[in-house]
Amino acid sequence: MTTNPQNGSVAFISDCMRWSLTGGRGFKLYLISLLVVMAAGLFSYATQFSEGLITTGMSDIVSWGLYISNFTFFVGVAAAAVMLILPAYILKDKDLHEVVIIGECVAVGALVMCLMFITVDMGAPHKVWHMIPGIGLFNWPSSILTWDVLVLNGYLALNSLVPLYILYCNYHNRKPVGWKYKPFVFLSIFWAVSIHMTTAFLYEGLPARPFWNNPLLGPRFLASAFAAGPAVIMMVLIAIKQKTKYPVDTKIFFKLKRIIVVSAVINLLMLFSEVFKEFYNFTHHSLSAQYLFFGLDGHNSLVPWIWTAITLNILGTLLFAFDPTKCNPRYLMVAAISLFTGIWIEKGFGLIIPGFVPSPMGEVVDYTPTLNEILITTGVLATGVLVVTLLIRPALAILLKFKEANA
Amino acid sequence: MDFRKKKETQMKTKEPHKNTSTRRSFLKGLSIAAAAGSAGLVTGGCVPLEKTEEMGLKWEEYFKKNYRLMTQEEKDETVARLERLAKLKDDADIQMSNQEPLDQVLYGYAFNISRCKGYMDCVEACVQENNLDRKSKTQYIRLFEMDPGQLDPTSGEGKYHHEVPVDHKFYMGVQCYHCENAPCIKACPTKATWREPDGIVVVDYDWCIGCRYCLAACPYWGRRFNWGDPEVPKEEMNRKQHYLGNRMRMKGVMEKCTFCVQRTRQGKLPACADACPTGSRVFGNLLDPDSEIRFVLKHKKVFRFKEELGTDPKFWYFID
Repeated sequence: MTTNPQNGSVAFISDCMRWSLTGGRGFKLYLISLLVVMAAGLFSYATQFSEGLITTGMSDIVSWGLYISNFTFFVGVAAAAVMLILPAYILKDKDLHEVVIIGECVAVGALVMCLMFITVDMGAPHKVWHMIPGIGLFNWPSSILTWDVLVLNGYLALNSLVPLYILYCNYHNRKPVGWKYKPFVFLSIFWAVSIHMTTAFLYEGLPARPFWNNPLLGPRFLASAFAAGPAVIMMVLIAIKQKTKYPVDTKIFFKLKRIIVVSAVINLLMLFSEVFKEFYNFTHHSLSAQYLFFGLDGHNSLVPWIWTAITLNILGTLLFAFDPTKCNPRYLMVAAISLFTGIWIEKGFGLIIPGFVPSPMGEVVDYTPTLNEILITTGVLATGVLVVTLLIRPALAILLKFKEANA
Repeated sequence: MDFRKKKETQMKTKEPHKNTSTRRSFLKGLSIAAAAGSAGLVTGGCVPLEKTEEMGLKWEEYFKKNYRLMTQEEKDETVARLERLAKLKDDADIQMSNQEPLDQVLYGYAFNISRCKGYMDCVEACVQENNLDRKSKTQYIRLFEMDPGQLDPTSGEGKYHHEVPVDHKFYMGVQCYHCENAPCIKACPTKATWREPDGIVVVDYDWCIGCRYCLAACPYWGRRFNWGDPEVPKEEMNRKQHYLGNRMRMKGVMEKCTFCVQRTRQGKLPACADACPTGSRVFGNLLDPDSEIRFVLKHKKVFRFKEELGTDPKFWYFID
């Protein structure tokens, strides 16, 4: 291991890149397939950029679609890193401390996706400098969107710099100095809650859209995020356990499982509360919920989706709650995929699209994403997966070496 | 609210002339260099002069400020550039105005639901006047055909295709209500939309980044987005334009009814009110006690749509 302080950072960067990119045949194939999906996305985005958002399925009535749905969901995944950071750094949980870095890498990947989704959704992305304070005009504090820009970028900075510092120290076989990073860890815990609450406020603060104008939206975002996010992290951990030499203790799965069950149950409870409010006494403001769950005026494109989502949601929660296999990775993988997919559908387009239907003028239209839009979306998702992969590999290599050196 | 206003005035005073002039001259230098460079690169200096000029103008347009922060001189310059660009690009002779609001004017609108027969002349006039995209059939005004017993346009039929008038039906027109407490303005992350002193809610098309948060925030569906490049046949284009009004929009930006700012600031009626064959549309200055709109508000039974949202629209419905 290089410890020459003069070449310290150069060696760090070159070693990290080496660890990121070298691998067996399977890994190369995996990278190439991600790159192919990304290239397809980029190509589709070039079409969208030159022709405009007319290449999507959105309209003046359903004016946000797949992009903003995914954005909303992945803000939750990013925020969920706090469920590892809090016990690892604050409650000094040794098991979770081993894998907290993975949570942080997942958060960075999720945030990269969020920022990309926002960018591809913009009608005039070349004018984005209009939003940069100083050279543009930043409508802060009035516009919640500006708050969201601030908290997302701040969270990205926190979640990149803290692990970077720790890994850099470990790389040089040093222990990180507590006061240099602990305050930022504290900050990132509050920040994680704030990114998801702010994103909820984007919708919650609009009286124009009764479906979103609901004070439960923020808390429910958090509950579903703390279920879906750890489910993603669990999927990554299972992959690491099976594909790498990095030790992942079963105790970690057990603890993650507990976090997921508690959050998922709270999420379902709040979902039930919302459904009750909409349907016990049906009002004009319940039309969006009717459109979502049962269809409205013959338009029912979301109905199969939402019921699939609810089924997967309940199934995933039950699988996690009553685990007869005592944390068998395969069993957990099924449960995690089920819960993750359920929340993805429900909180993605199950939340965004009905907010627009019926329109404020009472009109009902269906929204179907175009192929171009779907390819851009999968391209962004592939980019996120790639970022997570390329971050986790050197991180684990450094941690493993540090452990061996100090064993 | 107060705080925001203060901040804006601060911003206005904070931009000193020397600062802007240096940035301006820097940009000008850059634009000449870029234009000359590209001209040289492409064909060794044989590019038609017009191409070079167009690129230079576009470059300067790209780096201009938000309209509200421009000095009068800068406003004149951008208008001149846009006129020239229209000539270069589409060979269109347009006259663009940047006329400021008139003193002591606050516009208001009233719609007579007992008179309107649903002829849609207002919609047609609006499309012509405001250069609305013909390809996507954009319309700022919608007419809803209503059954008796209802006063909420959301229960009406917005897509009727038959001969009017029809017995036992009445009609309600909806458009941007130019709210005093407009949720769309609050939502915009770049201050690309605002309420002018005469009460007109406008969009700086060149400043809008197309996030569509304002569209989500509007409870009246008063905003339209340019999903593709808007198209207006050259011979149908209205050449009398206003920077904040009916000038040609581009893809990826928001637009909306501006009470025909290019007409009303010259003392004319908006195109919809002018075109209405039944006299259902009343437009005027709310600050003028002798105006027709003040007469309607004083003597008729009026109401506003979704009053409970507290948006304070400047658009009333009334019954004879």
